[in-house]
Amino acid sequence: MVSIKQDIRIGFYVCHCGHNIASMVDCPEVASYVEKLPGVVLSRDYKYMCSDPGQELIQKDIKEFDLNRVVVASCSPLLHEHTFRTAVAAGGLNPFFFHMVNIREHDSWVHTDRKEATAKAKALARAAIRRVAHHKALEVKQVPVNPDVLVVGGGIAGIHAALTLANAGKKVYLVEREPSIGGHMAKFDKTFPTLDCAACILTPKMSSVGAHENITLWSYSEVVKMDGYVGNYTVMVKRKARFINEDLCTGCQECVANCIYKEPKFTDEFNEGLGKRKPVYIPFPQATPQVVLIDPDVCLNFKRGVLTDKCKKTCVEACGDRKAIDFKQKEQFTEIKVGTIIVATGFQTFDAKRVLPYGYGVYPNVYTAMEVERLVNASGPTSGEVILRDGRQPKAIGIIHCVGSRDKKTNRWCSRVCCMYSMKLAHLLKEHTGAEIYNFYIDIRAPGKGYEEFYDKLNEEGVHFVRGRVGEVTDWGMTPEEEGKLVIRVEDTLAGFVRRIPVDMVVLATGLEPQADAQDVRRLFNMSCGTEGFFLERHPKLAPVNTFTDGIFIAGCCQGPRDIPDTVAQAGAAAAEAMVLIDKGHVEQEPNTAYVLPDCCGCKSCLPLCPYTAITFDEATKKAVINEALCKGCGTCVSSCPSGSIAQNLFEDEEVFSEIEGVLAD
Amino acid sequence: MSKPKVAFYWCASCGGCEETVVDLAEDILGVVEKVDIVLWPVAMDFKYKDVQAMADKSIFATLLNGAIRSSEQEEMAGLLRRKSQYLIAYGSCAHLGGIPSLANQFEREQILKFNYEDAPTVVNEAKVRPQLKFEENGRHPHLPELRNVVRSLDQVVDVDFYIPGCPPTPNLTKAAFAALLSGQIPPKGAVLAPDTALCEECSRKASKPSDIAFTEFKRTHQKLLDPAKCFLAQGVVCMGPATRSGCGAQCTEGNMPCTGCFGPTSRVRDQGAKILSSLCANIEAKDEAGINQVLEGIPDPVGTFYRYGLAKSLLRRKVNLSANRVPSSK
Repeated sequence: MVSIKQDIRIGFYVCHCGHNIASMVDCPEVASYVEKLPGVVLSRDYKYMCSDPGQELIQKDIKEFDLNRVVVASCSPLLHEHTFRTAVAAGGLNPFFFHMVNIREHDSWVHTDRKEATAKAKALARAAIRRVAHHKALEVKQVPVNPDVLVVGGGIAGIHAALTLANAGKKVYLVEREPSIGGHMAKFDKTFPTLDCAACILTPKMSSVGAHENITLWSYSEVVKMDGYVGNYTVMVKRKARFINEDLCTGCQECVANCIYKEPKFTDEFNEGLGKRKPVYIPFPQATPQVVLIDPDVCLNFKRGVLTDKCKKTCVEACGDRKAIDFKQKEQFTEIKVGTIIVATGFQTFDAKRVLPYGYGVYPNVYTAMEVERLVNASGPTSGEVILRDGRQPKAIGIIHCVGSRDKKTNRWCSRVCCMYSMKLAHLLKEHTGAEIYNFYIDIRAPGKGYEEFYDKLNEEGVHFVRGRVGEVTDWGMTPEEEGKLVIRVEDTLAGFVRRIPVDMVVLATGLEPQADAQDVRRLFNMSCGTEGFFLERHPKLAPVNTFTDGIFIAGCCQGPRDIPDTVAQAGAAAAEAMVLIDKGHVEQEPNTAYVLPDCCGCKSCLPLCPYTAITFDEATKKAVINEALCKGCGTCVSSCPSGSIAQNLFEDEEVFSEIEGVLAD
Repeated sequence: MSKPKVAFYWCASCGGCEETVVDLAEDILGVVEKVDIVLWPVAMDFKYKDVQAMADKSIFATLLNGAIRSSEQEEMAGLLRRKSQYLIAYGSCAHLGGIPSLANQFEREQILKFNYEDAPTVVNEAKVRPQLKFEENGRHPHLPELRNVVRSLDQVVDVDFYIPGCPPTPNLTKAAFAALLSGQIPPKGAVLAPDTALCEECSRKASKPSDIAFTEFKRTHQKLLDPAKCFLAQGVVCMGPATRSGCGAQCTEGNMPCTGCFGPTSRVRDQGAKILSSLCANIEAKDEAGINQVLEGIPDPVGTFYRYGLAKSLLRRKVNLSANRVPSSK
């Protein structure tokens, strides 16, 4: 027989959760079993414990039966722990005299034998009954929230989140890695399905960001370190050297015109390498901020990135009294304090070279979709004229869908936007060239508003759709018509035979992938990633922009592929979630924090282990000290303290051991 | 009024604990003056039947050292428990199982076979083993039986207090006597030593860095030890952070790391697991190969981390050996 503290009076409730639990667990039997356990005063089963009557039942019983501990066996604590703690508090008890048992996710949903599942529910309940007797009254602490927000990434998601917050009067730091904000969207010509000009809708927002009094825009900058906790993050931002004083540069670009290089001759990243730029340049005409930068790898005043000062510096002459050019500029590190962070670091496009049979990088006239975006763009390297790398205009064009998507060899997921942008490009290419356009698709995925109609429109325009995954792209012509062409070999699965379609230009609809450094960013902000490497939301339906770290939100394609409307909606949601914290003004901290006992010997073993840097060494007492506000309750220090001198609320040794004994007892 | 009766007894032990009593030196005279020693096999001649004849609880205190691994030790532990008001587990073996309990890594048959047949110093072609009963010249002697597992004293009988150490220091012994004789009885189950870890009284404490990250572990004979620097900072396993203080840090003062003989603090259930958690969590390498390479510097983890406490640890014993009185091999 187990001894239970004498004055313990436990109320136990087992929830049917409709059929979710009751279909696999005999709830009345669990209730009658628990009723006989020591310390249990009453034991009930009920259809929906989380419902209002269920919660009121707890409150009523606490008073009527003088309960001082409550255990509910139902779903995951993630879902309803807060609900029941609140009910227990409303009944007049400290909310931490409650313990929850998960017999749904951990039991009824994962078992198929009713007898075994019922036995497991009893064991889990028994463990909780033993544990809850040791629970202590705990206090929820409130911590103020710094109202400033950091937005990481200046694509459309970051821009929209920053503007939303700034328009609501919040101070925002927007940090962008590239020299200009705008992200991928700034490279697009038109957007599907409305064929709005991307620049026309994006650049006004970019300018607003640049001019907004509540936004501090740091382009060409990266976050390198983050410390702290929800409401109180300390962030270190590296501001890379652009060799231009941003405050003094007016964006006149006279330095560019007067560069010692008369002609642009270096690869232009913004135009996907299809155009050229000078060592001093502005990425694109509407770049925000309107500030040039110098590429030290190619500028004559540097050698391999090191200042030699050997150029005539005609740019400096052209800049004149503005004195904006500073060849001695070094990267700077600035520390900022914010309360919430929105991570909107976007995606990278799939590297088309990875699919060898499509010949990207082998045949000059095989393009990626992003290159074609620049080719058809009025402000692109060819001013919107579609001219192939060999100078010809294409008469037939093949667009291959799902390159690096829905493919076990590369990426398994659907990138969601490729069908639609492929059709958009098909429309634009037809408009610009009059060529025959072939789309090679597995399935057409057009589930957005107006998307299916766009597909219909393309069909009416005479764009060809061939259903089948392309086997290869080859320049080996087998007939006179195929000579000098690129031949697309594909099994037309609707016609039921293999076709060879000669074209002049192949467009690869490359999919969306996590950024190459997504894992670093994940670690930096204490987030999680799904198996494919996109950042993981706390709950796909209930908390889609939250992460598992409070106060850190995600928006846009860093969470998974999505189109612009969804991205903007999500960015707005992330901004709203940040505002919830800001306007509430404080956060409540789960009191599952660790604390150092007076018997600490000061061995310092715990200090390097805390992932939240919550532990410091007090030189006066020669003991470790835990900052309760920083502690997230991970328990690392508790388990590794060699003398057992760190304990943790809600995870005291006696609580954990009694729970283990309870689950193992008969 | 007669003086309180005191008994000293030894079970599976090396005799070091008895030395501590002798190490009290002149102070022992003070003890002897105040008490009557009724049993002390290592130094005086008493017969067990004398003890058996005593009234229950007539011994004021018994200091029993050594682990319990034979039927005879079990019997004496039970006898002295009955006869004593206070039974004190004296030294690491009685307290935690001690070095003898490292035998719990092996089956009884393995131990007997090694000791009577396979050990390199043994010549025993007939493979003679000690028998529980045998006949010699018409006499029928019997020998105690070796149990399957080695146990601490409190795994056999109820224990009132513990004096830790291998061996306990004279100071702790003296303090315990003084407390008991003056009527200041500690709470039952108390370990009569401070409840903080050794670092507290180690003079090297300040030299431990706050960002320790182990890149290798060396054993004491493998490097020259800095006489002032924290052993862990030198990459040498020191059990100090996981071990109760009270010894006066004699080993670390003598330039040897703590090996853990005082056992864990009252807040720890498994000393070895605790120091393992701490050391392993602080290994610099984070990949499996790198971690394994660092851990190669600890060739005998059980002997290192559970040197004095295997019997009382959560591990207790290596295989699922039965602790009951009948040897499983028979």
